[in-house]
Amino acid sequence: MAIPPEHLLILSLILVAIGITGVLIRRNVIIILMSIELILNAANINFVTFSRQWNNLVGQIFGVFNITVAAAEVAVGLAIVIALFRNRETVNVDEMNLMKW
Amino acid sequence: MNLGLLVFYFFAALAVVGGLMMVTRKNAVHSAVYLVLTFIAIAAIYVLLGAEFLFAVQVLVYAGGIMVLFLFVIMLVNLEEPRRYSGGRLHLGLSAGLTLILFGMLAVVFVKDAPPAAAVAASPAEGNLQLVGALLYQNYLIPFEVVSLLLLVAMIGAIVLGRPRA
Repeated sequence: MAIPPEHLLILSLILVAIGITGVLIRRNVIIILMSIELILNAANINFVTFSRQWNNLVGQIFGVFNITVAAAEVAVGLAIVIALFRNRETVNVDEMNLMKW
Repeated sequence: MNLGLLVFYFFAALAVVGGLMMVTRKNAVHSAVYLVLTFIAIAAIYVLLGAEFLFAVQVLVYAGGIMVLFLFVIMLVNLEEPRRYSGGRLHLGLSAGLTLILFGMLAVVFVKDAPPAAAVAASPAEGNLQLVGALLYQNYLIPFEVVSLLLLVAMIGAIVLGRPRA
């Protein structure tokens, strides 16, 4: 019944690769933020895999902290998106290319 | 191949398909829904790994909180019609190529130095929730409190940033 750990690591790697590709390719800033969430989730899978591997609960606890930090980051990130949208009427990262206007 | 492994492959495939669809949809709401699918599939994998508390936290916080927040903002903000990919082929090729190189290198390391199969642990006397709670409130109390402070700071920051200009 045990899942081989390298299968889980490869799954987490695939999700990280998809998330990084999403961050690099997409122009919509909200989808970039969602890809970052995918990367964080892939790291969480890694934590839980090793927690199971070594029968040590610390991996799961760090996963809880990871989820919490991701929630805080999403809240602030989306607030920034809203503030940017109010000023620029766009969510395309190609058009956010001035530091001050 | 036993049933547990098959169930894992099913949810792993679901997570990967959800991720792929998420980064390729033109409509942002569709992307958000596919990401919810990915999160729920990952939560199921947590159950398979015995992390029941993390399963509940993942569904509640990620699928139930963070994605709702994303959908709010998408509906507030996304007025324009979806546009074609504007980066150019060099950009697309470089991004995909570098990501594939990174993936390849790490995959080689993970498979070559694969950790040994986990020793089958005896079922613990208490449940996963009790054990995680005990650790969280005893050994890791300070990080727990610091993280709650972080959430307070993030909340204040989000309110200040999102306030309409007076």
